[in-house]
Amino acid sequence: MGMTITEKILAEHAGKERVDPGENIWVDVDILMTHDVCGPGTIGIFEREFGKDANVWNRDRVVIIPDHYIFTANEQAHRNIEILRSFVKKHGLKYYYDPDFLQSEGMPSPYADPTRTSYKGVCHIALPEEGHTRPGEILLGTDSHTCTAGAFGQFATGIGNTDAGFVLGTGKTWLKVPPTMRFVFEGELPPYMMAKDMILAIIGDIGVDGGTYRAMHFDGDGVHRLTMEDRMTLCNMVIEAGGKNGVVEADELTRQYVQERTARAGTPQNMRFHKNDPDAQFIFEKVYNLDKLEPMVAKPHSPDNKATVSEVKGTKLTRAYIGSCTGGKISDFVAAAQLLKGEEVRIPTFVVPASTEVDAALDTEKLDGKSLREVFRDAGAIIGPASCAACLGGPADTLGRLNSPEEVCISATNRNFPGRMGNKQAQVYLASPLTVAASAIRGVITDPRELVGSFV
Amino acid sequence: MEKSIRGKAFVIGNNIDTDQIIPAEHLVYNPSDPEERKMFGRYALCGVPPADSGLPEGNIPFVRENEYRSDYQIVIGGKNFGCGSSREHAPLAMAEAGARVVIAEFFARIFFRNCINGGYLIPYETPESLMEKVATGDDVEVDLEGNRLVNHTRGTETALTPLGEVLPILEAGNVFEYARKAGMLE
Repeated sequence: MGMTITEKILAEHAGKERVDPGENIWVDVDILMTHDVCGPGTIGIFEREFGKDANVWNRDRVVIIPDHYIFTANEQAHRNIEILRSFVKKHGLKYYYDPDFLQSEGMPSPYADPTRTSYKGVCHIALPEEGHTRPGEILLGTDSHTCTAGAFGQFATGIGNTDAGFVLGTGKTWLKVPPTMRFVFEGELPPYMMAKDMILAIIGDIGVDGGTYRAMHFDGDGVHRLTMEDRMTLCNMVIEAGGKNGVVEADELTRQYVQERTARAGTPQNMRFHKNDPDAQFIFEKVYNLDKLEPMVAKPHSPDNKATVSEVKGTKLTRAYIGSCTGGKISDFVAAAQLLKGEEVRIPTFVVPASTEVDAALDTEKLDGKSLREVFRDAGAIIGPASCAACLGGPADTLGRLNSPEEVCISATNRNFPGRMGNKQAQVYLASPLTVAASAIRGVITDPRELVGSFV
Repeated sequence: MEKSIRGKAFVIGNNIDTDQIIPAEHLVYNPSDPEERKMFGRYALCGVPPADSGLPEGNIPFVRENEYRSDYQIVIGGKNFGCGSSREHAPLAMAEAGARVVIAEFFARIFFRNCINGGYLIPYETPESLMEKVATGDDVEVDLEGNRLVNHTRGTETALTPLGEVLPILEAGNVFEYARKAGMLE
């Protein structure tokens, strides 16, 4: 019997010829990532178990990316950055992206120039940008959206502090080999739709537990025509279906992206390309035709509470939000700007780039001679510095956080369980950046196709 | 591990995600600091909407306001318990409040793994839903040898799915102790 991509990567890292779904194996980890929310707990467990003087298993394979609670006056949040800083210094860790502007008490003044700070922003976007994602590798991170990196043909999943502390000391972890679900997309994505609509359709179909303990493989010409950023969006929300990892077979586009980024960052360039064997076994298969899909939303309060945008259009909104590891990449803002150009938003609209690289691109990417930053500013949007920001609520002073139970927000983020973006009564509709932008212009949920002139 | 754990039941519904178990605004505390760790107990399960907290009646908080410990030791949920983020603060918060066992139809993967590898809670799955069989406040006992839940208030018994391959890690205490016993760590 043949193996899937996920099974092949896991077998290789377990030193085995083959592995089968359900089997528990010990694997060697290539990269461990942590951030400011889970880093301090991970470090505490590492020191408790291995001793204060213990060395990390490999100082070039630990990547620390502060991103969650940066733009807040919260003292403990600032203290957590200090814990990361001193750990990095003590162990001589090579890959750490310090919020160098954060020095004293109170709300920090953000970086003045996104191209001149060591700070990078949201870890799942900074990882590929800084050359830490490679086909064939195992990446573990203390964040559920670590599955995003499956877009690069690797095995990537989220873990807790204890597991991360174990990896920090040993470079190993135990994993149960997941069976693979295969989602095939045929055709081409129409200009009014985005990868976000594809993954919302899947989650709506299989439910928030439909991928539990499973790998989710995205396949077909409709997927391999997507950009790397769109593939990241697909894999990013695998966790919203309970999936263990998402994966897209690495192709020429993957190779080019990884080669460029690793060369720029000076990180390793080794890549291993895997394919499903012709007789690989899938526990589930579903084929989607992209011509038949429509713009989608997830209604409050669950990512699988699906509706087409046309079913909920006209729903009154109080706020719109574009950002996060799911919807804060440069292609997300290019899409939103197409609609917002020359328009004015009717509700408070937040634009939060995921990374400082994306932030810098808001100035260099142009639309009819205007930078994206100018487009958003002229439309009346509020532009924040790169961070996870209000996607997960965070401390009360977080930009864009839903602090009132009356808020009804349409958001390009990933999760809308009660309280995810702040107040537990606030309502969150998840949608693509295009649908969020169209809805911001009208102040009610709006199908991007209604602003049809924008797509000619 | 002891042979049985007896306590009061606290019942909640399906898809209790990690933001309901411990809302993100409280993640600023460092779980490695003993004083700050107590704060997680104080806020355990505070994100569950009031109507869904302490079923079937609802409007029962898991931890009373300004307290750090819960009256309930056995938490009973429905499907997909612990979905959402990878934050280990979730099982840690429930344990810090005094919970010992969490029972659900099935768990989200990372939450389940965190319960076991960190040794916070015993996560039992059930072949059928317990939500009609147990009410918040019932006096219940988890029989760890017989893999069953005894409801002393109602005089009923329900089978629990044996812990299987993860039992040795729970018995060892956490994944580090397990690895030491297995000779994988010094």
